[in-house]
Amino acid sequence: MTDKYTQLVSHGAGKTLARKLGLPQPVELRRYQPGAPLITGPILVSGDSAGSDDIATTLLGWGLDVRRNALPKEKLGAIILVLDAVQHPQDLGKPVLKAAASLRDLAPNARVVTMSRTSQSAPSPASAAARQGIDGLLRSLAKELRAGATANGILLDDDLATTSPSALGALRFFLSGRSAYVDGQFLTVSSTSGELPADSDKPLAGKVAVVTGAARGIGAAIARTLHRDGAKVVLVDIPAAGDHLAAVANEVMGTALQLDISRDDAGHRIIDHAVERHGRLDIVVHNAGITRDKLLANMDEGRWESVIAVNIAAQLRINEALLASEHFRTSPRIVSVASTSGIAGNRGQTNYGASKGGVIGMVRSTAGLLEPYGGTINAVAPGFIETEMTAKMPLAIREAARRLNSLKQGGQPQDVAEAIAFLASDAAGGITGGVLRVCGQQLVGA
Amino acid sequence: MAAADVTTGENPERTATPPATRRAFIVGGNRIPFARTGGAYVKSSNQDMLTAALEGLIARFGLQDERIGEVAAGAVLKHSRDFNLTREAVLGSALSPETPAYDLQQACATGLETVLGLSNKIKLGQIESGIAGGVDSASDAPIAVSEGLREILLDLNRAKTPVQKLKIIGRIRPKDLAPDAPNTGEPRTGLSMGEHQALTTAQWNISREAQDELAFNSHRNLAAAYERGFFDDLITPYRGLSRDSNLRPDTTLEKLSTLKPVFGKTLGSEATMTAGNSTPLTDGASTVLLATEEWADQHKLPKLATVLDGEAAAVDFVHGKDGLLMAPVFAVPRLLARHGLTFEDIDFFEIHEAFAGTVLSTLAAWEDEEFGRTRLGLDGALGKVDRAKLNVNGSSLAAGHPFAATGGRIVASLAKMLHGKGTVDGRPARGLISVCAAGGQGVVAILEAA
Repeated sequence: MTDKYTQLVSHGAGKTLARKLGLPQPVELRRYQPGAPLITGPILVSGDSAGSDDIATTLLGWGLDVRRNALPKEKLGAIILVLDAVQHPQDLGKPVLKAAASLRDLAPNARVVTMSRTSQSAPSPASAAARQGIDGLLRSLAKELRAGATANGILLDDDLATTSPSALGALRFFLSGRSAYVDGQFLTVSSTSGELPADSDKPLAGKVAVVTGAARGIGAAIARTLHRDGAKVVLVDIPAAGDHLAAVANEVMGTALQLDISRDDAGHRIIDHAVERHGRLDIVVHNAGITRDKLLANMDEGRWESVIAVNIAAQLRINEALLASEHFRTSPRIVSVASTSGIAGNRGQTNYGASKGGVIGMVRSTAGLLEPYGGTINAVAPGFIETEMTAKMPLAIREAARRLNSLKQGGQPQDVAEAIAFLASDAAGGITGGVLRVCGQQLVGA
Repeated sequence: MAAADVTTGENPERTATPPATRRAFIVGGNRIPFARTGGAYVKSSNQDMLTAALEGLIARFGLQDERIGEVAAGAVLKHSRDFNLTREAVLGSALSPETPAYDLQQACATGLETVLGLSNKIKLGQIESGIAGGVDSASDAPIAVSEGLREILLDLNRAKTPVQKLKIIGRIRPKDLAPDAPNTGEPRTGLSMGEHQALTTAQWNISREAQDELAFNSHRNLAAAYERGFFDDLITPYRGLSRDSNLRPDTTLEKLSTLKPVFGKTLGSEATMTAGNSTPLTDGASTVLLATEEWADQHKLPKLATVLDGEAAAVDFVHGKDGLLMAPVFAVPRLLARHGLTFEDIDFFEIHEAFAGTVLSTLAAWEDEEFGRTRLGLDGALGKVDRAKLNVNGSSLAAGHPFAATGGRIVASLAKMLHGKGTVDGRPARGLISVCAAGGQGVVAILEAA
């Protein structure tokens, strides 16, 4: 799974040499395996608010080993820094510095998770400053952590308890191996919707999910992950990719639908297939996308229009059909694959960046349209992911792209799929309209 | 599974006409694109291709781990090691390994006959579901040792002492070492299929222009069907091919008219059969999913069409009474009569284009008053096939013809067309399939929209 460099510097002489030369030292990330514990090692719940007490109690209820005060020299699996009650930037110092004393005791692949409130809803400038301050704090801290440890944050709207369903859902996601390549990111919980799954290994049991672009790469990984989590999967890809599509469909016990998503009737074909064959439609993952890179000065109409047509226009048209369908009204979920190119930009990808930026805008605007049905829509923005596509990059560029993030390695298709599976689950019912980056905290961009 | 609605021997109302039994539905199909021999599938065996076609069908209809009632398929050019070709393909697929399978062989009618055989089993209540199919590779054709060498090798196997063995080995002569490759020649006449058809084509005075026009329409119709996305749920790509490699979307009548004749060159009449209006040797595989209404409904699968009935016929081509590929000419009127139907009741005609001359000779025979009276036992001509209803999405001249795979290609495509058409004048849309085969045989069938 991991690249050769990571293997080399993970053990023995290679490890020693890399440390002495000051080379990047990526480690093998802890990734989710069905049946594995949520997290191993004690968890320090830091903070003195009522919200922090509630979190500590909840974690105890999950059977986790919870500490309210760190024991000297004890290796920690995670630190949860509950800052939901801070009113002023001056309130940050005490709880943050107390947690800081335990940072050196974090085990490899440990987690730091902050829980705080959204700054947009802050009642005062001082409160907004404190809340926004946590943003800068968390992103900086994520860059300081080593050995596969990550730091991510949960932002709660003002009236939400730290134990609201999706806050706990997000907390479980960040603590688990499912978030292995998510680093320096926030998930915003805006409602009390959602519920934790009865079986945490099958959070999508009984759901019917459609994945576009499922024949290979990230799309195939999404199909595998949704299937693993209990969903029945409809796999969509262009007819010319049908052989790969069939192979993945047979592997995940799903059905293959050979369809060009840029066709006018694609939305209806997808809905009809899901409903007729599987009786319902709960989840649509817009993963299909193409790149036709060229500097804007050299861009031609074909390159520009095809990227817009497939990457965003098709999603908009399919969503229109979904929103109009009576079969997509029971807590439906849409998850779109965006890209860090749509956030931070990428040379040679003005068309792709426009399409992926478009996805982010579309997601924000569509959230309100799905709300009446208890539905959500979110985007996932992958950074450098090890796929057939990135394997074709020139070696030096690939090697640089791979290391330019806090985890010093590329992500796996599964990492993107895990984030999508979480956002598609009932546990994420209170999270909508946002973008989650799966980029190992790529050093460029937001 | 629902109890079979079969009439027992105790039924006092039993008559010569079989009682109404269950209907056999076509759920859908899948094939791999057909490739000209020596092309994309040059390294693929029959088993590889049949398995690929099955895998696409399984993926399309979610049949993973499903125990299908029975799978029947076959190949015309078959290695002796492939004695259990279909069962081996099933074992290599995502179907339940508890799915039984059998091989069938009826030359080019193999594919259609597997559909009819399994449909009959469904109608009789023996199985609830079935997958019919066919595959052929002219690229990976079996090559046998010469008859002389084969006898020597068998004797050698029976020999007991080294001296006996040496004596037997000493019998091998250089001429015995020449391999025996398969050919499309008829064993009883020594003539190739094309030479046989050339005789028939000349007999019915089929012009070069008419043959070229039929070939042109086949390419044009098939290309248009691809453009429309008609094959999006009928084909799964294989080995880099997503369309039939024989298809020439840009061919013209002019181009076709420049090709030199390849068959019938020794005939007194002008030779008319070219590589353009004859099917090339092709590799490929096709499958069709059949089921009862209950099985399809339980599995939430579509019901495109029913297999109404089929009929086989054979002709005495050896003594020249009829052309080698003219058996469907006799099978179709018998099948129509059994159901009280005429050509007016048929909305799609799928006449396999072994050669353009075959289709045109067949149509000519049906339009011929005297032939109708003297050979078909009718009052006059059987009837005229409306050309606008003939092979509307192309046929073998454009798609190619991997012998045993052609029946499945036609059945799945026609079932989809019928489903799209729905009803005509209040009755279900109907389609007629006609497939000629080596040995002077032919198999025909009628499907009805569901």
